[in-house]
Amino acid sequence: MSEDMQEEAEGTVKKFMYVNRKAPYGTIYALEALEVVLIGAAFDQDVSLAFIDDGVFQLSNGQNTTDIGIKNFSPAFGALGDYDVSKLYVEKESMDERGLALDDLMELTWEDEDDDWEEKPSIHLVSREEMKTILGNQDVILSF
Amino acid sequence: MFAHQKSQANRDVGEKNTVKFAIIVNEGPYTHQASDTAYQFARATLAKGHEIVRVFFYHDGVNNGTKLAVPPQDDRHIPNNWAQLGKDNNLDLVLCIAAAQRRGILDEKEAKRQGKETDNVIDGFRISGLGQLIEAGIQADRTITFGD
Repeated sequence: MSEDMQEEAEGTVKKFMYVNRKAPYGTIYALEALEVVLIGAAFDQDVSLAFIDDGVFQLSNGQNTTDIGIKNFSPAFGALGDYDVSKLYVEKESMDERGLALDDLMELTWEDEDDDWEEKPSIHLVSREEMKTILGNQDVILSF
Repeated sequence: MFAHQKSQANRDVGEKNTVKFAIIVNEGPYTHQASDTAYQFARATLAKGHEIVRVFFYHDGVNNGTKLAVPPQDDRHIPNNWAQLGKDNNLDLVLCIAAAQRRGILDEKEAKRQGKETDNVIDGFRISGLGQLIEAGIQADRTITFGD
């Protein structure tokens, strides 16, 4: 990479959205998406996550993968707040279609340094219509 | 020949209309059409005089970088096609290291480091970290994902 490209990359803040569309197990997309999010957090971008379709299952609480012999990676979502990833938009219609309510999801929080480090919820239920607007406002959408 | 095409295209559309693309390939060769479509898109992009800042291969997409594929002679050779396109246009073809390692795609350096007998990354690809994906997204005007 040339030096001017490097300089251009530094200092640029773009709105990155990671769109999670698939169930946490069954395919590797969800796990590898989370790996991108965690690495990407080091780049000081304006990051948010969307959960739509079966992707909403990624946030289910009480995940237990013992019987399928695959690592339960859901605890890693709990670390997102520490990485300044605090905007998780979950589509309400996708939740409704699968009989899920907010209570069925993990409690994920972040500490707001501009508000005396108050703990705030990271998960925001939004309508399909609102999700359209949120997606439309992004610079970079990475879909998994 | 490409340099001529590029300058011709730039004259047609004007410099300011040159778009920088980042291309992400999330599926392996042959099973899924994603890699073929991404390849055709990359060729069309370059033919129109646009720029490709990087092609990043993730998930099973890392299998596009194997030098051990032997498809039937009357079929397209997807890894070779990518490598050739990269060579002809000086493209940065990057295989994600985390995705590559768990799928047994290793370059010479990694194979040695992991104590493996052989490496299998085709010339023209390189292995690097996920940061290269984020960086490509920052540098590009448009980031396009090919996959399911």
